[in-house]
Formats: sequence, C-alpha cells, structure tokens
Amino acid sequence: MIRIEDLHKSFNGNTVLKGVSLEIREGEVIALIGGSGEGKSVLLKHVAGLMKPDRGRVLVNGNDIASSRGGYLNALRSKLGFLFQGGALFDSMTVFENVAFPLKERTRTGRKEIRDRVLKELSNVGLSGSEDKFPSQISGGMVKRAALARALVGNPEIMLFDEPTTGLDPLIGLSILKLIDAIHKGLGFTGVIVTHEVPRVFDIVDRVAFLKEGKVFAYCEPEEFMTSTKPEVKEFLAGSLGRPHPEGPALFRPCNMDEDE
Amino acid sequence: MTSDIEFGTLARMELIRRLGAFVLLRLYRMGVMGLFLVKAFFYAVVPPVKIRRVIKQVHFIGFQSTIVILLTGCFSGMVLGFQGYYSLSRFGSDAFLGPMIGLSLIKELGPVLTALMVTGRAGSAITAEIGIMRISEQIDALELMGLNPYRYLVVPNFLAGLISLPLLTAIFDVVGIFGGYLIGVKLLGVGVGTYFGEMSSYVGMKDVLEGLYKSLSFGILINWVCCYKGYYTSIFTGFGAEGVSKATTQAVVLSSVLILVWDYFMTGLLY
Repeated sequence: MIRIEDLHKSFNGNTVLKGVSLEIREGEVIALIGGSGEGKSVLLKHVAGLMKPDRGRVLVNGNDIASSRGGYLNALRSKLGFLFQGGALFDSMTVFENVAFPLKERTRTGRKEIRDRVLKELSNVGLSGSEDKFPSQISGGMVKRAALARALVGNPEIMLFDEPTTGLDPLIGLSILKLIDAIHKGLGFTGVIVTHEVPRVFDIVDRVAFLKEGKVFAYCEPEEFMTSTKPEVKEFLAGSLGRPHPEGPALFRPCNMDEDE
Repeated sequence: MTSDIEFGTLARMELIRRLGAFVLLRLYRMGVMGLFLVKAFFYAVVPPVKIRRVIKQVHFIGFQSTIVILLTGCFSGMVLGFQGYYSLSRFGSDAFLGPMIGLSLIKELGPVLTALMVTGRAGSAITAEIGIMRISEQIDALELMGLNPYRYLVVPNFLAGLISLPLLTAIFDVVGIFGGYLIGVKLLGVGVGTYFGEMSSYVGMKDVLEGLYKSLSFGILINWVCCYKGYYTSIFTGFGAEGVSKATTQAVVLSSVLILVWDYFMTGLLY
C-alpha cells in the first residue's frame, strides 16, 4: 500500500532523513515514533506529497507520489486523509463548513447529501451540536475531532495522523486514540500515526517504526519493541515511560560517577 | 609569512563564497517571485474562478478602503489647493489652479497615494492572513484536498485588486478635485468657472487613461508582493508569529518602494 524507498531529505545542509525505507501493508496502522527533530513529521509529509525528497521514492499503491504533479498528484491525494498537528481548520469557516468544504469543492455531491454526510461524520467524532461554532470557539480536543471529521469525510483509503494527541490533556488524548481505533475498525484504512504517546499508542497499532538518526532503527510489532534489548530502544522507552534510571535521577547522581567507576 | 599569505587568500575566498551565496539566494528568490506572478496570471485566466471569493475580496480591498481614500483624497486636494495657489500666484497664473490640481491628481497623486493607502490597509492584512494560513498548515490542508491554493488565496486578490484600485483611484481624484475646489474657490477666491473651465480644457482623456493604467498595474503589484510574502512566510521569513510579522513588514515596505519605482517607469513610458 505504502512503500518508502531510501528516502533522503535535508534542509539548509542539515540532513534530517538519511535513507528511510519502510513498507506499510494495506489495512495496517503503524506508529511512527522517535525523539523530537528525528524527522517523523517530515517523513509523513513526504507520504502526503507535501514535500519533495532529495533522493528516494514514496510509492502509494505503486505510484510514486514524490514525482507526481498536477492532476495526477491530486488523484493520488484524493485517497489520502491527513490530520494535522494543529488541526489546520479554516478559521473563517464554521465546523460544519470546514467538514463540508472538501465535498463541496472536490465533488458534485448535492447539498442535502453533503449535509447528511457532514452531520454523520460530526456525530461519529462526537461533535454533534457544534456545527455552527468557529474553530476559535471550541477546545483543542474538539478542533482535533473536527479536523478528523474533515479528513474522514472523503472516505480515504490512507489516513496520516501528525501527533494527534499533542497539546491535549491525557484523558482527551486517550479519547482521540480510542476514536482513531474505533474509526479504523469501522473503515479499515491504512494508517500512519506520528506520536509521542508511548506506550499508549501501542494498543491501537499493528507495528511500530522507530526513527533514529534519520533512519528506521527498528520496525516491529509493539510487543517486540517493548521487549527489545537494543540499548537505543531501551533508552527511548525509559525516557517515554518515565522509568527510573538504574543509577537514580541524573540530578542526584554525583558528577564524577563515571570517573570513579 | 607564508601562513599570513594563506590566511589572506582564505579570507578572500570566504568573502567571495559568501558574496556568491548571497547573490545566488537573491536570484533564486527573485525567480520564485517571478514564477509566483506567472502562476497567478495563469490561474486567473484559466477557469474556474472563485467568484464568491473575488466579490468578498473586492469588498475587503475596495469597499472597506473607501473611508481612508475619501479622507486622504480630500486632504491631498486641499493641500494642492494651497500650495498650487501660492506657487501659481507668484507668476500671475492662479487661473491655472484647476488644471494643476486635476493633472497632478489624475496622472500622479491619485494612483500613487491610493496604491500606498491600499498597501497599508489591505496589503498588510492579506500578507498576515495568508502567512497565518501557511504557518498553521491551512495551505497544506488545501493542497491535500486536491485544491489549488492559488485559486483560493491568490487569484481572488489579484482580480479584486484589478477591479478595486481603478475605482478607488477615481474616487480619490474626484474627492481631491473637490478638496482643491474648497480651498481654491471657496477660500482663496479663484472663480468657479475658471477652476473647472480651465481644468476641462487642459485635462484630456489621455491623462485619465494614464492614471487608469497606473492604477491597474498597482493593483497587480500590491497583490503580487503581498500574496507572495504571505505564501512563502515559513520558507523565506521564518516560522511562527515572528515570521508573519517579518513577512508583513517586508510586504508593506517592498510594495511601497516598488509602487514609487514602477510609477517612475510608467510615467517615462506614458509621457
């Protein structure tokens, strides 16, 4: 479904991706994890065709999205849904207008059908009754839900989530993850979730891709990832899970501990 | 001694390298800006055009600028009335106050001052709006929906500029001439027949067309610069609120300078 081959990308001489290769099967949802600045969102934007790689290919259903342009690129994108980190709702439109926008502009769907589909989608994400509110009048969690409804309204085959829980409190974050899981079970899309929600996201994904130093350092099932003996994975998990360092918190360790040993 | 020479050579090489990089970057950005204009023209003439957005932008750029244009037009005409009368009366030519005000406003001050006022009022807002849409990924969202951001954000502004600027300039000219009339005729005693009679004798259709061409070109220029600066906010001016702030400042400064520079060339061409 999605195949990334030897992807390289740098910005002003700073190399972010150094040969990323990854394959995501149809109907599978993967979590893309790693430290901040490791290029997770950059990789996701390459899959969506929003960025062009310096080298490498991104194949979506066998078509290279990286080298596509114009109508051909739009045709590929019509199969994609993208949940942006900040929601990216249009400020000047209400929640209803935002969700209806892709249907109104991209399809020849009738007014009544658009209304029905938008209301159904808003109900699915738990936003019934908020149709007439503007993005500035609703909470961060509701913005994410509205953005999710907008991304899903076109029935995409592939859903890309860029940090869907960032900026939300743990309970709302969990509800968004549960919502993604429920929708995936209903629609069966192929999904990529860029997230820092480790290990909570592991409950809803099939595989985990761990990005480190511009490459996919580990790509395996969540259980395997959690029991990995690789020091880099253990260090990342220790940081994410808040597990205590075997030698105690860094603040209280003597500075010359290494030398003494 | 040898190392001193080597150091001097290396320093010169570094200077040349930096200068080269600077020139290349400027050329690259000018190229991007040129391509932006070409794309905007292309999508403006190839349907579909988003008529509702065009009307909305005509309301924003044109209608909402009317009060500012009325005020600046009136006071510019009144200042011209005073200055023109005192200058002309030294040569005993105060009868020509009408043509002087008419020609100054229609050929020069009307288009230029209108363009500068629209840049300050609407151009800055256009840059800020598109810039915020860029940093909050709303433009990316448009692209992902398979929709062309030029059609939604750039073309409506271009067309609205082309419609609004000549109309606002016409309002500026009329109100300015009325302001000159208030000072010249009502305050300083020039005859009303002399004021308007001499004006209609000396101001021809060629002068009106010169003002029209200028205002049309300024309509394109303002929207070209302001839309471009907003569209490339996070790429050329930096991220976040600071990036939008820089883009807005640069848009207003560059538009204002280009209006005056372009006015010079237009005047030279149409003289």
